[in-house]
Amino acid sequence: MDKAVITNKLTKKFGDFVATNEITFDVAQGEIFGFLGANGAGKTTAIRMLCGLLKPTSGDARIAGFDVYRQTEQIKQVIGYMSQKFSLYEDLTVRENIRFYGGIYGLNRADLKAKSDQIIEQLNLGSVADKLVASLPLGWKQRLAFSVALVHNPRIVFLDEPTGGVDPITRRQFWDMIYEAADRGTTIFVTTHYMDEAEYCNRVSIMVDGRIKALDTPSGLKRSFGTDSMDGVFQILARGTSTK
Amino acid sequence: MTRIRFIIEKEFKQIFRNAVLLRMMLAAPVLQLILLAYAANFEVKNLNIVVVDQDHTTYAQRLVGKFRHIDNFRLKGYVPAYKPAYRELLASRADLILLIPPHFERDLGKENRASIQLLVNAIDGSKAGIASGYAQTIIRNFNDEIRTETVAVQQPATGGRLEIENQYWYNPRLEYKTFMVPGILFELLILVGGMIAALNIVREKEIGTQEQLNVTPIRKHEFILGKLTPFVIIGLVQFTMGLLVGIFLFQIPVVGSVPLMYGFAFLFLLLCVGLGLLISAISETQQQAMFAVFFCLVLFILLSGLFSSTENMPTWAQYLNTLNPLRYIIEVGRNVMLKGSTFRDMQSQFVALLLMAVALISLASWRYRKTV
Ligand SMILES: Nc1ncnc2c1ncn2[C@@H]1O[C@H](COP(=O)(O)OP(=O)(O)OP(=O)(O)O)[C@@H](O)[C@H]1O
Ligand SMILES: [Mg+2]
Repeated sequence: MDKAVITNKLTKKFGDFVATNEITFDVAQGEIFGFLGANGAGKTTAIRMLCGLLKPTSGDARIAGFDVYRQTEQIKQVIGYMSQKFSLYEDLTVRENIRFYGGIYGLNRADLKAKSDQIIEQLNLGSVADKLVASLPLGWKQRLAFSVALVHNPRIVFLDEPTGGVDPITRRQFWDMIYEAADRGTTIFVTTHYMDEAEYCNRVSIMVDGRIKALDTPSGLKRSFGTDSMDGVFQILARGTSTK
Repeated sequence: MTRIRFIIEKEFKQIFRNAVLLRMMLAAPVLQLILLAYAANFEVKNLNIVVVDQDHTTYAQRLVGKFRHIDNFRLKGYVPAYKPAYRELLASRADLILLIPPHFERDLGKENRASIQLLVNAIDGSKAGIASGYAQTIIRNFNDEIRTETVAVQQPATGGRLEIENQYWYNPRLEYKTFMVPGILFELLILVGGMIAALNIVREKEIGTQEQLNVTPIRKHEFILGKLTPFVIIGLVQFTMGLLVGIFLFQIPVVGSVPLMYGFAFLFLLLCVGLGLLISAISETQQQAMFAVFFCLVLFILLSGLFSSTENMPTWAQYLNTLNPLRYIIEVGRNVMLKGSTFRDMQSQFVALLLMAVALISLASWRYRKTV
C-alpha cells in the first residue's frame, strides 16, 4: 500500500536549536495518525516541513510520493492544512471564506456553489452563512476551518491542534467530522493535547524535545508502558525527560 | 488565471467592509490638497522695509512710493545712513533695506543707468528669496515706467532690453497653489499604493492567513497580480478625486493631455504597490512595515522638490535623487498639467519610472517565498 507520509531523519534547526531532531516515521493512506507532544516539542515545526512551508535542515520526507525539497507545489495540490492559528478571514462571511479558498484551489463556479451549500448544511450554519466569521463562536469557527481545509478533497489533511480551547461537545462533533473524512479515504494527521483524543487515533506518536519517543497504536503503547491510559503513557515519557 | 479574480474580489470585499479606512483613503486627497495648498503657502506678507534715501529727488520718492502701494511691504521709515539701517536689519526690525545712493536721479537721466542697493535679511532663506524677488519686480516695473517716459518715441528697442522672466515665480497668490497641486496629487498615491498595500499583506502575515495561502497551489505571479490590482484601481479613483478637487476648487488649469496624466499615474501606482509589496516581504509586523514606508515617504518628499527647489541641494543629494520616483512624477505632473508637455518631452521620466517599477516588482516577487 502507498504511504501518505514517509520521513527519514527529518531535522529542522533554528540556529543551534534543534526543533525537530531526526524524526523517522510513516503514515499509511487513510490512517488517522495522532502526533502528540508537550508544548514546544516540535510538532508544528514538523507539520510545516511536511506541508512545504518550511525547508528542512536535513533528512528526507515524501508526501503522497512528492519530495519536500523539490516538489512543494505538487504537495500543495494534494494536502489540506488547518494551522494552529485560526486562519480564515474574520472580516469575510462564512460563504465568502468557502468561496475564496475554494476559488484559490481552482474549483469551478458550479463546484463552488455545491461545496458551499454542502458545508453550510453539514455544519448546520444556515442561519449564519452570510454573517462575518468574526461573529461565530470558536467551536463553529474551528469546524468551518476544517471543512475549508477539505474544500478541494485533499488526500491528506494536517490538523494542528484543531480542538484547542473548544468545549467537549464541540470536540466530539469535530471528531465525528474527522471520522467521516477518514471514511472517505482521507489521511488524517492530527496534533492534540487531549489524551482522550489520542485514543481515537489509529496510531499515535509521542514527541519529546524534538524526538519521537514512542510510536504505536494506543493499546500497544499502553501495553508496553504498563498503564491503562494514554495519559499514563504520556506522563511516563514526559517525566523521563524532566529527570534527564 | 481565475485565481487572480478571487483574490481581487476578496480584497475589494475587505476594503469596502473597512469603512473607516475607505473613508480615510477617499477623504485624504481632498483634505491634503486643501491643507497643503493653503497652509504650505510661500506667500510672504508684511515685509518691513527701511529706506536710506541719499538722493532726495522725485525719482527716489517715486520709487519708494511704489513699495508703499504693495500689500506685501510695510514702510518702516527712513534712516539717514547705511549704518543705522544695518542695525535695523540685525535687530530683525527690518527685512529689507532699500539704499538709494546720491545722484540716483541724475545718473538715471544722464547716463540712462543708475544703481540702487537692496539688503535682505537672509536668516529665513526662503523668505529672503521671496522678499528680494518682490523688490526686484517692483524696481523693474519702476524702471519700465521711467524708460517709457524718457524714450517715449523711439519704441520697440526699449521693451526688449528688460529681462523679467523670473518674476512669475514670485507671484504666489495665483501661481503657488497651481504649482503645489500636481505634486500633492502624486505624492498621495504613495500612501494608497505603498502604505496600504504593504500593511494589507503584513496584516495577513500577522493573522496567519498568509501561511494558509502559502499552503495552497497559488502561484507567485497570481498572488502579486491579485494584490497589485485592487490598490492600483483604488489609487486611480483617488487620483481622480484629487484631480477634480484641483480643477474645481483651485481652478488649476489642465493644459496637457489627461490620458497622459492617467498613464503616468498608472505607472507610478505600479511602482508604489511594488514598493509596498517589497516592504511587506521584508517586514514581519505592521509596525516594521509602517516604519519602512514612512522612511521612504519622507525621504522621497524631502528630496522631491515638492517643497523646496532641488537645484539648491548638494551634489550627493542630487545623485540620490536620481533614484527618487516622486521627483520624476512631480516633474511629469507639473510639466504635463501646467505646461502641456507631451509624452516625447517626458520620455526620460517615463524610462526612469518604468525601470524602477519593474525593478521593485521583480524584487518583491523574488523575495516573496511560499517556503521559508
Ligand atoms: N521560526 C523559529 N525560529 C526559532 N525558533 C523556533 C521557530 N519556530 C519554532 N521555534 C522553536 O521550536 C520549538 C518547537 O516549536 P513548535 O512550534 O514546533 O512546537 P509545538 O510542538 O508545536 O508546540 P505547541 O504545542 O506549543 O504548539 C519551540 O521551542 C519554538 O520556540
Ligand atoms: Mg504547535
